[in-house]
Amino acid sequence: MNFLSEYIYYIGAFSLIFIGLFIVLAKKNLIKVIIGLSIVDTGINLFLITLGYIRGGTAPVFSKPGLKAENMVDPVPQALVLTAIVIGVAVLALALTLAIKLYKHYGTLNLRKIKEQKW
Amino acid sequence: MRKLISLILLVIIAGGIVLSLKEIPFGISKIKIGDYYIKKGIEETGATNIVTSVVVSYRGFDTLGEITILFTAAIGLSAVLGTYRKRKAGEKVEPPSFIVKTGCRFLFPILLLVGAYIFIHGHLTPGGGFQGGAIIASAFLLMYLGCEGKRINENTSIVVEVLGALTFIVLGIIGLTIGKDFLFNFLPKGEPNTLLSAGIIPVIYIAIGFKVGSELAGIIDHLIEKNQ
Repeated sequence: MNFLSEYIYYIGAFSLIFIGLFIVLAKKNLIKVIIGLSIVDTGINLFLITLGYIRGGTAPVFSKPGLKAENMVDPVPQALVLTAIVIGVAVLALALTLAIKLYKHYGTLNLRKIKEQKW
Repeated sequence: MRKLISLILLVIIAGGIVLSLKEIPFGISKIKIGDYYIKKGIEETGATNIVTSVVVSYRGFDTLGEITILFTAAIGLSAVLGTYRKRKAGEKVEPPSFIVKTGCRFLFPILLLVGAYIFIHGHLTPGGGFQGGAIIASAFLLMYLGCEGKRINENTSIVVEVLGALTFIVLGIIGLTIGKDFLFNFLPKGEPNTLLSAGIIPVIYIAIGFKVGSELAGIIDHLIEKNQ
């Protein structure tokens, strides 16, 4: 039980990552594979934020006087994730575009039926 | 069969991750560099939002690379979709409902205002260019859903996008000539917690806000207009 309360955030983040990876490996539909990649993206962002958390810490913004530097969480993972989210949206859009193109070319989104696809 | 193999593979990977994560405790300070940024951030950059000072000042070059990735994704998207025809005149699109139409008319200017507020105050409050730009793009998405016939001008969006990137690079090069580093903060830092503080940080974040907003709006434009 102690283990759970200590590592529950890691477990949550990695559950998302593994659910996404399972979708990528097991599903046939290309749209579902792209959704799986998006879930992996979310899980990784959550994991990075979790790594930077400090127990009882506040957001690293000195908006009011009296906030102490010792009580703040790590700003570096937050800065990385902030840009990663927007890039994730753009890359998702690009992947969906390629899916549209594939559908127009082959007439199906089933990865087993697309002939040149080996995996 | 495939599902079983995938599951076994994932269990093996999960075992490795559990072994390595056991050494990393949760909830205590692990990275020294973050402490340095929090303690020296206001003094060195003038921005009270430490995340902003990391994104724009300490790791500004990294952010330049990240907006380049964004730009590449947008370019790739328009290159892939650009060969398709526009919508034929005869094709019917189902009109939006009354609620969506009214929501578009009332919320569109407010969403633009909120987005602008968030990226102008990026160095003071939580938020910044990326978040504000995403909100502005969502306003354009609402416009496409609710306001029939209205669309953004593609050339304007490209010009705004390029100007945003150019502002970032030019400020970096000015810093290189005046100071000794790329993106050197050459403007006065001013009083912390006021709008005109932190030197070039708000200027760069406004440029990023315009760039991200127009880029994501352009992506929405391509996905909606050319595939209906």
